[in-house]
Amino acid sequence: MELNGFHCDGEGCAEEQEEEPKALRLPRSKTDASCSIIATPGADSAAAGGSALREQRMSKSTPAMLRLDSLKKNRPPFPWFGMDIGGTLVKLVYFEPKDITAEEEQEEVESLKSIRRYLTSHTAYGKTGIRDVHLELSDLTLWGRKGNLHFIRFPTHELPAFLQMGRDKHFSSLHTTLCATGGGAFKYEDDFRTMANLQLLKLDELDCLIKGVLYIYSVVSSGPPECYYFEHPTDPERCEQKAYNLENPYPLLLVNIGSGVSILAVYSKDNYKRVTGTSLGGGTFLGLCCLLTGCSTFEEALAMATEGESTHVDKLVRDIYGGDYERFGLPGWAVASSFGNMICKEKRDSVSKEDLARATLVTITNNIGSITRMCALNENIERVVFVGNFLRVNTLSMKLLAYALDYWSKGQLKALFLRHEGYFGAVGALLELPNPS
Amino acid sequence: KEDRTGRCMDKSITLPPDEIFRNLENAKRFAIDIGGSLTKLAYYSTVQHKVAKVRSFDHSAKVNGDPLYEISVQEEITARLHFIKFENAYIETCLDFIKDHLVNTETKVIKATGGGAYKFKDLIEKKLKLKVDKEDEMTCLIKGCNFVLKNIPHEAFVYAKHADSEFRFQNTHPDIFPYLLINIGSGVSIVKVEAEDKFERIGGSSIGGGTFWGLGALLTKTKRFDELLQLASKGQHTNVDMLVKDIYGGAYGSLGLTGDLIASSFGKSATTDKEFSKEDMAKSLLHMISNDIGQLACLYAKLHNLTRVYFGGFFIRGHPVTMHTITYSINFFTKGEVQALFLRHEGYLGAIGAFLKGAEEDNPNQYSWEENYAGSSGLMSASPELNPVQRARSGTFDMLEMDRLDRQLVNLPLLQDPTSYIPDTVDLTEDALAREYWLYCFEDALDGVVKRAIASQKDQPEAVERAEKFRQKYRHKVQTLRHQPFAYGSLTVRSLLDTREHCLNEFNFPDPYSKIKQKENDMALKYYLKVVKSVEELSWEQRQFTLVKGLLAGNVFDWGAKAVSDVLESDPEFGFEQAKQQLQERPWLVDAYNQWIERLKGPPHKCALFFVDNSGIDIILGVFPFIRELLVRGTEVVLASNSGPALNDVTNSELQILTERIAAMDPVIHAALKEDRLALVQNGSSSPCLDLSRLDKVLATVVRERGTDLVIIEGMGRAIHTNYYAMLSCESLKLAVIKNSWLAERLGGKIFSVVFKYEVPSKAQGQH
Repeated sequence: MELNGFHCDGEGCAEEQEEEPKALRLPRSKTDASCSIIATPGADSAAAGGSALREQRMSKSTPAMLRLDSLKKNRPPFPWFGMDIGGTLVKLVYFEPKDITAEEEQEEVESLKSIRRYLTSHTAYGKTGIRDVHLELSDLTLWGRKGNLHFIRFPTHELPAFLQMGRDKHFSSLHTTLCATGGGAFKYEDDFRTMANLQLLKLDELDCLIKGVLYIYSVVSSGPPECYYFEHPTDPERCEQKAYNLENPYPLLLVNIGSGVSILAVYSKDNYKRVTGTSLGGGTFLGLCCLLTGCSTFEEALAMATEGESTHVDKLVRDIYGGDYERFGLPGWAVASSFGNMICKEKRDSVSKEDLARATLVTITNNIGSITRMCALNENIERVVFVGNFLRVNTLSMKLLAYALDYWSKGQLKALFLRHEGYFGAVGALLELPNPS
Repeated sequence: KEDRTGRCMDKSITLPPDEIFRNLENAKRFAIDIGGSLTKLAYYSTVQHKVAKVRSFDHSAKVNGDPLYEISVQEEITARLHFIKFENAYIETCLDFIKDHLVNTETKVIKATGGGAYKFKDLIEKKLKLKVDKEDEMTCLIKGCNFVLKNIPHEAFVYAKHADSEFRFQNTHPDIFPYLLINIGSGVSIVKVEAEDKFERIGGSSIGGGTFWGLGALLTKTKRFDELLQLASKGQHTNVDMLVKDIYGGAYGSLGLTGDLIASSFGKSATTDKEFSKEDMAKSLLHMISNDIGQLACLYAKLHNLTRVYFGGFFIRGHPVTMHTITYSINFFTKGEVQALFLRHEGYLGAIGAFLKGAEEDNPNQYSWEENYAGSSGLMSASPELNPVQRARSGTFDMLEMDRLDRQLVNLPLLQDPTSYIPDTVDLTEDALAREYWLYCFEDALDGVVKRAIASQKDQPEAVERAEKFRQKYRHKVQTLRHQPFAYGSLTVRSLLDTREHCLNEFNFPDPYSKIKQKENDMALKYYLKVVKSVEELSWEQRQFTLVKGLLAGNVFDWGAKAVSDVLESDPEFGFEQAKQQLQERPWLVDAYNQWIERLKGPPHKCALFFVDNSGIDIILGVFPFIRELLVRGTEVVLASNSGPALNDVTNSELQILTERIAAMDPVIHAALKEDRLALVQNGSSSPCLDLSRLDKVLATVVRERGTDLVIIEGMGRAIHTNYYAMLSCESLKLAVIKNSWLAERLGGKIFSVVFKYEVPSKAQGQH
């Protein structure tokens, strides 16, 4: 099995990944453009983070000076973290200040320094922690400080090791607030306190998700586009990734595919509702793949899926009707029954693990597409943004979603994707740092 | 060959022709639906039945002492639909059997549908020498679904796992459209049905029964669908699924998501490295698929604004686990706004539809049909722990028989709300105490019925043997109903009575009471003028009371009530006056007499519709004097009587003769008949009870044309067991004598208590 190259730190894993990560590591040349959006007072619709994101401007005007003062006063002490503890993965964003003065350097306590060095000098932590270097946002200005935003993830079951590390590095002595969202913020609150002497600021995951999406979209202005879609999704020859302008995003259907799936209808930055969700999500894909193929990681499962052929496993319309089922406008290639061929012993004996992984991926992805399409119709929303770590290095699913939405809606619906797919919750949590209430 | 349960099937199984493939010699028009594991065969046949006919003698030549009319037993041919369901393993044996018994050579084609129709095409054509004519599966399914929803009351039910009765049957809505049919076969089809021939597949899903089966087989190494369901029913999905509380530690309060909700199906197998039991995986898979289908169904129902959602397909097919998980899912996603509905004859829909496609020239949709309780197997509890013997048998052969009715049945136009009308007063499926009593009661009365049946055919020596067969059949039905009260829809006193009538008919006892009725009619006629004269002498007030009392006393003469039949059997002299003595004194158990009298002081009614009950004293000395008074007041009268015999109830043909005879004696009745102010109309039923939602179309027309403003319903069967709570849009009288001490006690009275219920719809309801 060709699993080589899949234990990397998230770059170049799948062929679809292309060479983007390298381009990304280049420092950003123009940061002010993105920041100015946030800095403009009153431009609330664009200022994703809201009041928490007031930005210093190089201006001598008194109001600006006052703002700077109050900013300094209210600015949370370092380190700045945002955390999203999901069912499968913990997502961590870390703001690394790059404008530290010599004076500050002197004052900086050792534990803070060590945390910064540890996080920024590695791209992998332990066996399972990974920093997604290609997603790093450099030269970002946050609360008057310039720095880089780092994106780190590790499995939720490694949380005890993380807490142990926090204790070893005397994290609690920094008197910082740790903003956390996701179910784990609630589930592990006691563990954070007892094991690492840390007090969590618990935040709602959907609030954070939306804040994070709006913020990241607003600060990314150069490099690969944050928001993109697939042009000609129904034509594999011409299908290509294109940037999408999300300046006026509302109304928007936001589909977050983590272990499970949540579907939100977003009408403005603080008006949204959870329409529905499904338990058939990334966890189901990986869970079933583990049981069916014996694999143990998402990357392995995806790699197998890439090699497999789902039509060996699924029963297609043409397998039943010999071609299209014209009476109902069903094309012959459509799946009539997922895993439907597997009721037959001979076929069970002849499929490969790769076929099974592919069929699992197709089943879960199409189902999400189908539920999403129905929600979009019921809510009368045409723009759909898919996020969540299920889509990480998973161009296969993205193209499937783009295709399914386009085909079954006869071109009415557009599937959009965001580069920082799984990290928005954590970013949203970070943005709550100055609001200790 | 292997069947779906994997045992080796004995292909040389001998079929019991008495029970299955009945009436094959007259069969024409075949249809077959071959699914993944079950074959459903449909055929149309004519059944020869003995029917009791009455014929008036020429009265001019009539000598005193001759009977009033002649009873003759004739052969009548009725149409019947037979549906048989059996495992595919039997298909060859069954085809051989059909070939050997098929006499009719007119039949040239067999309509076929279902996935297996291709596979078995050659076999069928070779064995039966019939051309296989393939019909579209979905079209057949919808046609079949429309047919059962229209013709079988209590076809649809809601499933409630932990309720006293698992099945809650739904009233058939007079207008069955529009509805959503979710057919869960190997995949899922979601079909919106708007009219008989107007339907559209609005969506579907590839995650269906095939996914459960295929993925389940991979995960558990269990090959068979039924076994997978068995595994699932024993498993704990929480061991495999990641729940909200596994992520949150508890509920996700701000969203109102409880901790036990599944956040990620199979999520635990992605994060924990351990072995999972087959049972737990099967359960998790079942939940995953059921929830997913339920969610999609709800999204489609919402988008198309539909609230009636029926589920079918092999994934459902009577399996309690799948019905339960689907029901749960629908409840969850619609917050109870939509109910998941299942169908008793779901497995037959394709076969019924294919059959109807082939029978279009016979216009089957122009008739009303009725489930024959004697020939149909009924719904088996699919709970594996319940009645394994019956389950095994039902797994072999299951039958449905539908009789074509001579007349088209419709709602009584005077029902206040046809959608909420429920004929039966007590649902014995839900009332365990009443169920126990009535099942005992009917079993206890069986000896008497058998005796009566034999006595009615003294001249036929084999009647004893037939009567014995009847006894076995009916006793078996009663015993089945004791374990499975839901077998034919809601169990009611009416359904128990009707089942008995169907069984009697099945063994050619079409009218066991014909001679008793004849004798009583004859006797009562002799007293008619005397009764009328004595009433005429009374003051107005006294007259009204005597007429009502006469009506009630007449209603005592009911052979269906054991307490009365015992008296009548032992004391042939028991008469009208004695019956009056038995009646409860006023105030009656339900007593609206004063209001009725006040009403009578007002203007006459335009037209009264009277649902009559028993022959003899009841109709002649009770009903006729009463309606005579109405006629004199200037009210038109429509007498509605049974189309076919049931107990000693007067039938329409008997009533024709009786009325003629009364008219010959009584100028008032004579004139009324002549001037068409008195009409005799049949009600379309052969039941001792009355379902006002299934009445002869002609009756409905008459009722409408004459501007009927008073409905009178008489007798225990029609006014107590049924229609006691029926709300009508005009004035109504419901009267009966309670001739059963258990029932009387339940209503708070004693035997021979009187119910005299007079109801006037409130103005608001009238406008409605």
